[in-house]
Amino acid sequence: MKNTKRTVVNIVVHVFLAVMAFVWLLPIFWIILTSFRGEKGSYVNSFFPKTYTFDNYIRLFTDRNVLNFPQMFANTLFIAVCTCIISTFFVLSISFCMSRLRFHFRKTYMNMAMILTLFPGFMSMVAVYYILKALGLSEGSMIRVALILVYSGGSGLGFYIAKGFFDTIPKSIDEAAIIDGATRWQIFTRITMPLSKPIIIYTVLTSFIGPWVDFIFAKVICRANAQYYTVAIGLWNMLQKEYIHSWYTCFAAGAVIISIPIAALFIFMQRYYVEGMAGAVKG
Amino acid sequence: MRVKNSKREYSVWAALTKGDWATKLSALVMGLGCAMHKQVVKGILIFAVEVAYIFFMVQTGIGCLAQLPSLGENETEKVWNEAKQIYEYTQGDNSLLILLYGVAVLFVTAAFIIFWRIQMRESYYLQRRMEAGMHINNFREDLKSLGHQNLQIPLMTLPMVGILAFTVVPLVFMISMAFTSYSKEGDHLTLFDWVGFANFTRVLNLHGNIGRQFWSVLGWTIIWAVFATFLNYILGMILAMIINRKDTHWKGFWRFCFVLSIAVPQFVSLMIMHIMLQPQGAMNVILQNLGLIDSPLPFLSNAMWARVTVIVINLWVGIPYTMLQVTGILQNIPVELYEAAKMDGAGPATIFRKITLPYMLFVTTPYLITQFTGNINNFNVIYLLSAGGPTEVGDTAGKTDLLVTWLYKLTIDKQYYNIGAVIGIFTFIVLSIVALATYRNTGSYKNEEEFM
Repeated sequence: MKNTKRTVVNIVVHVFLAVMAFVWLLPIFWIILTSFRGEKGSYVNSFFPKTYTFDNYIRLFTDRNVLNFPQMFANTLFIAVCTCIISTFFVLSISFCMSRLRFHFRKTYMNMAMILTLFPGFMSMVAVYYILKALGLSEGSMIRVALILVYSGGSGLGFYIAKGFFDTIPKSIDEAAIIDGATRWQIFTRITMPLSKPIIIYTVLTSFIGPWVDFIFAKVICRANAQYYTVAIGLWNMLQKEYIHSWYTCFAAGAVIISIPIAALFIFMQRYYVEGMAGAVKG
Repeated sequence: MRVKNSKREYSVWAALTKGDWATKLSALVMGLGCAMHKQVVKGILIFAVEVAYIFFMVQTGIGCLAQLPSLGENETEKVWNEAKQIYEYTQGDNSLLILLYGVAVLFVTAAFIIFWRIQMRESYYLQRRMEAGMHINNFREDLKSLGHQNLQIPLMTLPMVGILAFTVVPLVFMISMAFTSYSKEGDHLTLFDWVGFANFTRVLNLHGNIGRQFWSVLGWTIIWAVFATFLNYILGMILAMIINRKDTHWKGFWRFCFVLSIAVPQFVSLMIMHIMLQPQGAMNVILQNLGLIDSPLPFLSNAMWARVTVIVINLWVGIPYTMLQVTGILQNIPVELYEAAKMDGAGPATIFRKITLPYMLFVTTPYLITQFTGNINNFNVIYLLSAGGPTEVGDTAGKTDLLVTWLYKLTIDKQYYNIGAVIGIFTFIVLSIVALATYRNTGSYKNEEEFM
């Protein structure tokens, strides 16, 4: 009697999970199908395509006239690599200072950071644009520099996770090193950093992914300069009225192409996030 | 008299009243105090900063500040040039640039005042050390200390400059815009004035067009944030518990399915959702082909439907996140608690309500607060999914617009910069009230001891 009840519950649970997983994967499945769709145009009246083709992917990388996808890809990659280097340095430095050093300004900085993060991020976007313009960074190839600065400029505010990680490294290690004559700079580079692999990888990946998925700042700063568009604006443009009819299936192909590496990085990153949460020195 | 441990413990006032002639004089000739107390190189560097500041102020700074109260008065005018027989445009004042430079100069001046105070204390501190015959660092030793006792200076300077230039200055600039008439309305795009609190009363006034929209958007923003946060939290937790059950098979596979949906970049999945939910989109096609409906459902075109749709789609986005966050914590709940409850004859619902939920709330309150504020600021989901629509004729805000998306529309599309800035300030006020109130009332703030 008890066993049958357990079996029934188990069946119900697994069916429920299967239905849920289906609902969650449906959009992903549909976009992959659409990226291989042979029929032209935007909306069609069947879920499954009638013919399958690779043309959408080929066109995405060869049609450079209207929406130059390879160029956008190169732009975003360049911006992402630079942002990633600067932000990682900023985040790790600030986190180390907040966690390991004790100085007058520390508490003030932490309170200030908490208040600043409560403002809507792009409230200051218009102002940022005019500052960039005053610095001469709003035209031509300087747009790339401008985007890098915008993405990495405020990164010093996001120190909580890395600080939490550094806090778990025992202070006694630092004290022992200081007795042996090490400077704090040496502690930072030779002791803390080698112990912090998961959180470094996590920081690198989050700041690398940032520019790929942001489109608000990119749109305001690039405006009509199509040759500096990032992938996100490009994909968004493909769904606008002017382009949607001829670019709909290419959008699907682009979405798949971008999602595969980002998803892989995300899943990879998640592992290090979990490791980072578990702390540096395991007991 | 004992010499204190750091210059922080001496006040500027003490330096001005009790300092020797060099310390007192460094109020005017900065760096003199340091130079006369065995720190010549540092003194010269400090003096160089003062010279640079004065030079900057004389060159441009004072001019910028002088224009700040009026924000410029000369309009761009057409003038007939007799000699060339053409109309020429005179260069008028640009209030925006005046405001921007004014704010920047104010920041430079504030930084200079802080610098002045530090050097005053420093020179008094050095004076006291010298009087007591204590060691005074030479320049080489000072540089060395940057790698050790003062490591925060080299490490934090660049990130701080970044934050100042790209977060703080723009924010102050935008806040000051809320008190001006900078808007496309009435053609105040190049030349505008200070208007005091007029924009604030306009936004709060229930009878005006903007005011009516503000209250309705504010109401929806709060409803949205409450639903989006708590539904995601409860349902995500239930999902995590179902997967964590002892008898559930293929745990890793189920988790992978859900994680995959958030691994896809959010703007991509939201745009996919957007096209799937169109009247001819895939969702309506499936339902019609299955014969469930005759005509397309107005997922995003009817106000009520659109509001429910964005909340439901946000569940799709948010539940896997919660699941990821809480899985580890759920496994940490002491097993004895559950065993004791079962012995007392508690059913699964009671156990969830009396043990799991309180425990989770205790541990994850900070996460909940960030989720809640994140949802008030959730630009992506609304903008990419419904673009705030449907919008009634004559309104600037749509039925699903949050304060942030409305702010975006007002500034970027409509160029009502002053109203946008006011909305931004109100968003901040709502957020800080929520953050403070919830934070102070939580167990983890009142009582930092362990749960139970």
